[in-house]
Amino acid sequence: MIQIVKPGINIDFLGKKRLAFLFSTILILLSICSIVIKGGLNYGIDFAGGTMVQIWFKQGVTPDEVRKGLKEIGLEGSTIQQFGKKKDNEYLIRAESKQSNIEGVSDKIQEVFREIYGEDGIDVRRVEMVGPQVGKELRKKGLLAIIYAMVGILLYITWRFEFRFALGALAALFHDITITIGVFSITNKEFNLAMLAAVLTIVGYSLNDTIVVYDRIRENLKKMLKKKLEPIVNTSINETLSRTILTSGTTLFVVVALFILGGGVIHDFAFALIVGIIIGTYSSIFIASPMLILWEEKFPSTKRKRL
Amino acid sequence: MSNNLGWRATLIGIITLIALVYLAPSIIDQLPGWWPKKEIKLGLDLQGGTHLLLTVETEKAVENAVERKISDLKDSLRKERIRYTKLERVNATEILADFPSSKHMDKFREFIKSEFHNLEELSVKEDEGRFSVKLELSNQEIASIERFAVDQGLETIRNRIDQFGVSEPIIQKQGEKNILVQLPGIKDIKRAKNLIGKTALLEFKLVDDKHSIEDALNGNVPIGDQVLYQRAVDKLTERTIRRPFLLKKKTLMTGDVITNARVQIDSQFNTPYVTLEFDRRGKRLFDRITAANVNKRLAIVLDNNVYSAPEIQERISGGRAQITGTFTIEDAHDLAIVLRAGSLPAPVTYSEERTVGPSLGRDSIHNGIVSIIIGGIAVIFFIVSYYRLSGIVTNISLILNIVYITGVLAAFQATLTLPGIAGIVLTIGMAVDANILILERIREELSFGKTPRSAIDSGYSRAFKTIIDANLTTLIAALVLFQFGTGPIKGFAVTLSIGIAASLFTAIFVTRFIYDLILTKKRVKVLSI
Repeated sequence: MIQIVKPGINIDFLGKKRLAFLFSTILILLSICSIVIKGGLNYGIDFAGGTMVQIWFKQGVTPDEVRKGLKEIGLEGSTIQQFGKKKDNEYLIRAESKQSNIEGVSDKIQEVFREIYGEDGIDVRRVEMVGPQVGKELRKKGLLAIIYAMVGILLYITWRFEFRFALGALAALFHDITITIGVFSITNKEFNLAMLAAVLTIVGYSLNDTIVVYDRIRENLKKMLKKKLEPIVNTSINETLSRTILTSGTTLFVVVALFILGGGVIHDFAFALIVGIIIGTYSSIFIASPMLILWEEKFPSTKRKRL
Repeated sequence: MSNNLGWRATLIGIITLIALVYLAPSIIDQLPGWWPKKEIKLGLDLQGGTHLLLTVETEKAVENAVERKISDLKDSLRKERIRYTKLERVNATEILADFPSSKHMDKFREFIKSEFHNLEELSVKEDEGRFSVKLELSNQEIASIERFAVDQGLETIRNRIDQFGVSEPIIQKQGEKNILVQLPGIKDIKRAKNLIGKTALLEFKLVDDKHSIEDALNGNVPIGDQVLYQRAVDKLTERTIRRPFLLKKKTLMTGDVITNARVQIDSQFNTPYVTLEFDRRGKRLFDRITAANVNKRLAIVLDNNVYSAPEIQERISGGRAQITGTFTIEDAHDLAIVLRAGSLPAPVTYSEERTVGPSLGRDSIHNGIVSIIIGGIAVIFFIVSYYRLSGIVTNISLILNIVYITGVLAAFQATLTLPGIAGIVLTIGMAVDANILILERIREELSFGKTPRSAIDSGYSRAFKTIIDANLTTLIAALVLFQFGTGPIKGFAVTLSIGIAASLFTAIFVTRFIYDLILTKKRVKVLSI
């Protein structure tokens, strides 16, 4: 029998909870600082509005040449970004939204390069145009979706477990979302609808992880009536440790495969998932569970004498 | 537990069979005719195509309705012999009317009350011999005009797209004012956008030859006139020129009387033009207009662009007209389509466009599938080497899981998008997790010295609660996303929800069945786990 974690293992996770809290606080502060300093997230056009055109050129083209082409239609201020590898000759051109004439922008960009490089000299791979109004709405809806989902989860966990468990789970969720978004801000990656989907996936994953540990704590609370909360929580984390490592490991495997082989469109999505899975696994051990103990110290549970 | 193996086997068999039946058309090309042909549709991001969100400018429709009300009012007031000094639209929904005396004003107010129920009196003012009434379109009427503008716009756009010829387009209302159009696999997007977004309001107006166009261009536009332009291409310089026309504002006839529009080719110059046929009302109207205006020029105006302004040589009673201009065959063809499909009751603007070229879609599918297969094989391999025979049981359940998910997607003819694939990957991760939870639990129970059977029993019953809680919380998140999310997020939520259901069934029910089957058939002393 292969075993990653030997049975009967007892690592003192909770002994390191101060260190973990410190570490997490630093990460969260870094994330928030980065977002504040950069004046908010680097919203993709989904949320900011604007036009994005992805063009493949048959011949090698430098970013300057692309900009020169754009200058002819007065869009030299656009962001030009290489897509994929250099030899792919693919560029992302992103023009900011100007309330007035956003409608024809994508057509103009395509036309100007067709004129310069010929009908077969380019291939328009992707066009995205989002009006500023729609962008605002999508932003609002996305935020609402996350808030509603969290409220729903809070209610469910309160019903199935106890309120303090729900608080711990939400603290872990907040932790994971903030840090993942922070990593996006620090690495200057664009935050778009696909990223929102990634954040939501992380919410699901991190919760799943937290609940598995919580479930064991709930079970052990009933079994080990004489023990204090802290050792029970620690035992529970240890008992579920092999599962935690196995699950995170296999999921990471698939996501890393997506990251390496999935192609440009999926690349950032997979990146977000990798960050989220690592943070989510860490948070269920070092945030969600210790939170229960912090809560117990502040508000001792009345049902059973513990401390 | 072994006593009900029979019905469990039947249930799993039936579900698997149904899933395979639905899945087959998506994989195999040639199937007998009686086979239910429901396929998984690929989203635009995977097969290429364009997604457009149009916003209907409903305020414009309301404005137009108020203008029409005013002209109706003017006609009625003339008949009723009610005199007014002023009758005009002040803003989108309000009308201001001035009267020379209180007698006329009172008659007017009476008349509005009895004949124009949709107009509500806002205020009545009398000072220094000025008597004025302000009217407003009722909220009910505004709401109904707005609704009509969107519904009618949707119908018209559907007509145009049908005639343009796109396979399996999606055209639906989104929210109150938006129309969603999805055109899979379309190549000439610019042309499609032009065709869909054109208001296509065709108007016949007289050219004002009495006043000079130069004066009008200098700012002295005669009352009741307007300047509109004709766009033409100069044959020598190939530059677009704009030729101004001084037209009477009054519209004599609009395109709603058109029954048919066709492209024809002028044999002399080999240029295309569009012929129009009118219905009975249109024929009568056209007959009257041409009879009354012989030797005058009649301009054909489409969306405020003058197309042509031929001189009326004689009275035309056949009910036909033609639009000439400098256009390509394609332009003429599209013009005929919009004229046949009718005009949009209000202008539309594009507020969202997402186009994926067919090549990118292909790459995305290819890369996505390759990476999932590689990741999947690695996981399957790992599980077997870690859990041995029990790992095989897990892998059977994982493969069934994928069959079920894709089967359900096919049965509902769901659309598979990139975020949808992400949802599947996540649920497979959760299915693996559920299996790992159970197996780790069984190992734990075995380490307490239990027999395989009792270890499996308690392993399942202990892990069951955990799995249910973990999956239900995720399901809650998925359902919320489905409810509040848009487009791609919805796709993610759909596959996630289906996946959770499938993985609960396979991880808990199917694997348990296999263990029970093995345990009844064989006396297992040591579990290979």
